[in-house]
Amino acid sequence: MPPLHLVRPPCNPYSATMWSIALKMLLGDKPKYFGLVFGVTFASLLMGQQVSVFISLMTRTAGLIFDLTEADIWVMDRRVRYIDEPEPIRDIDLSVIRSVEGVQWAVPFYKGVATVRQPNGLSQVVVLVGIDEVSLVGLANDTLLGNARVITQPQTAMMDKNGYKFMWPGEAFSLGRELELNDHRLIIKAICNAAPTLTTYPTLYVSYATITQLFPQARNRLPFVVVKVAPGQRVADVTRRIEQDTGLQALPRIEFAWRSINYFATRTGIPINFGITVFLGVIIGAAITAQTFYLFVVENTKQFAAMKAFGVTNGQLFRLVMLQAAFVGVIGYSIGMGLTALFIRSVGNVPAFRGLTLHWQVVAGAAVVITLIIAVSVLVSLIKVFRADPAMVFKG
Amino acid sequence: MTAISLDTVGKIYQSGDIATVALQDVTLQIPMGELSMLVGPSGCGKTTLISIATGILSPTSGTVITLGQHLARMTDTQRVLFRRQHIGFIFQQFNLLSTLTAAENAAMPLVAAGIPLSKAVVTAKDLLATLGMADHCHKLPKQLSGGQQQRVAIARSLVHDPALIVCDEPTASLDGKTGRDVMGILRSVANHPKRAVLVVTHDNRVYPFADRIYDMADGHMMGVYTHETYLHKESL
Repeated sequence: MPPLHLVRPPCNPYSATMWSIALKMLLGDKPKYFGLVFGVTFASLLMGQQVSVFISLMTRTAGLIFDLTEADIWVMDRRVRYIDEPEPIRDIDLSVIRSVEGVQWAVPFYKGVATVRQPNGLSQVVVLVGIDEVSLVGLANDTLLGNARVITQPQTAMMDKNGYKFMWPGEAFSLGRELELNDHRLIIKAICNAAPTLTTYPTLYVSYATITQLFPQARNRLPFVVVKVAPGQRVADVTRRIEQDTGLQALPRIEFAWRSINYFATRTGIPINFGITVFLGVIIGAAITAQTFYLFVVENTKQFAAMKAFGVTNGQLFRLVMLQAAFVGVIGYSIGMGLTALFIRSVGNVPAFRGLTLHWQVVAGAAVVITLIIAVSVLVSLIKVFRADPAMVFKG
Repeated sequence: MTAISLDTVGKIYQSGDIATVALQDVTLQIPMGELSMLVGPSGCGKTTLISIATGILSPTSGTVITLGQHLARMTDTQRVLFRRQHIGFIFQQFNLLSTLTAAENAAMPLVAAGIPLSKAVVTAKDLLATLGMADHCHKLPKQLSGGQQQRVAIARSLVHDPALIVCDEPTASLDGKTGRDVMGILRSVANHPKRAVLVVTHDNRVYPFADRIYDMADGHMMGVYTHETYLHKESL
């Protein structure tokens, strides 16, 4: 045999050259690699999609408040806990509010539920929104068909797009449809895009004057006044002044929206039931990811033991496995979030999913959870590897 | 210099209240420049002895000096780095990484020591070519025969030019001819004044390759023989 040509290596315990080995170990075993990526992808998709649907559902409870961006403050009776539980205030209070220092303008805003009857005799529950006919504050401004200002005319209404599809599924948008409400005729003369509501009932926009005609008792039964703060005034100061001068409850817009969301969150079964679903989704996703990673590391224990025998340190093994985990985690998470975004985009036009959005907080939260799951499962399995007796490689 | 020097080494495995004596007062000297064999029945303590001699396990008692170093005076990390620099291993089951090519497997000790994979593979390919594996460098372990895999394992044990090569049943998974070929390679590797090869084996067909045979039984060192004197002892 010819003499062996050999080199004596430097001894660097902190070398990063094991990284290429780490990726080759990972990518060389395709079934395991795809299994790992699938586990992380599934967990990410489950978390992103379920949490987004949950957030969308909760946001719908305050959809009208979020939609009314022109106003800074909502004024209502002190007993009101959320937007769907209005208590009437006096019409005169509107004038009092307008006289409060720092109020640029204040207009009435009606929100209630009514039953309309169609010409064919079928009835349908609708959300009725009464808008100040002068300022049109609160009117959905994304009109798809017709002109929104037509609601200033008597017996005229604008319906939201999803409500139209809900009432007349499969039919093309057309203006002039008639509805009957409290023995009054309402003609739909405009169709608009509006923030989805929790119930998916159609939303009918009418003028506040029409409301008083439809419900004669609505005079002196005004549910809300929405207020714009004058330039240079602080919302908190004006809110306090309104409460002092009227004895009513005044809330900044976002605070009222959160109050409505919190009411549904704490007083209804929606968040608990849906929360359990989300929780189970996260647990299942976590279990799949953790188990897959654990098995991946543990199945390689003998190979790791062999590496330890010929001089690979625990630190090198740690970095090697963490790099594999990070590689799989980033790819699986990216695909999972991509699929979540694709799902949200693909169902964007379905009325039941209107308003479904992938918030950055969900993206970040899922990243944190996935990272934690992977880190914990890898660390637990690595403990087993670190404790592995290198002598095990001598056992056939 | 002596490659391995054990002085009254003992090893007891403790599992709860049960203590198992694996080695008892083992004393031996393995010289450089020779191929030494450690033989004996299963469970006699051979694997424990090579694990202690290479710093993988710590003895319960006695002194271990390997390549002039007191292993007991080293930290765990120092022992790992000592193995990385000075010891090569060949295992019965080869323990090649299934997703790496033959050359990459052979290059592993260099990569672990911080040499870039591309550079380490060049060295490993040269060595594999010396071992008659030039045409198989790019193949995965599953594409190689048992003998070829063992040659890769031999290359891996030699690639960092260690002073001590420890082989655990290197021919157990091989047919007779391939086993003899592998032992021939190890024999030539041992023909170097600054290198020692220690082979643990059951395979009496390979005894003729040994310069010395250390006979173990029940955790004790029974004696040191040449091939001829060992056969004579066995025939009695």
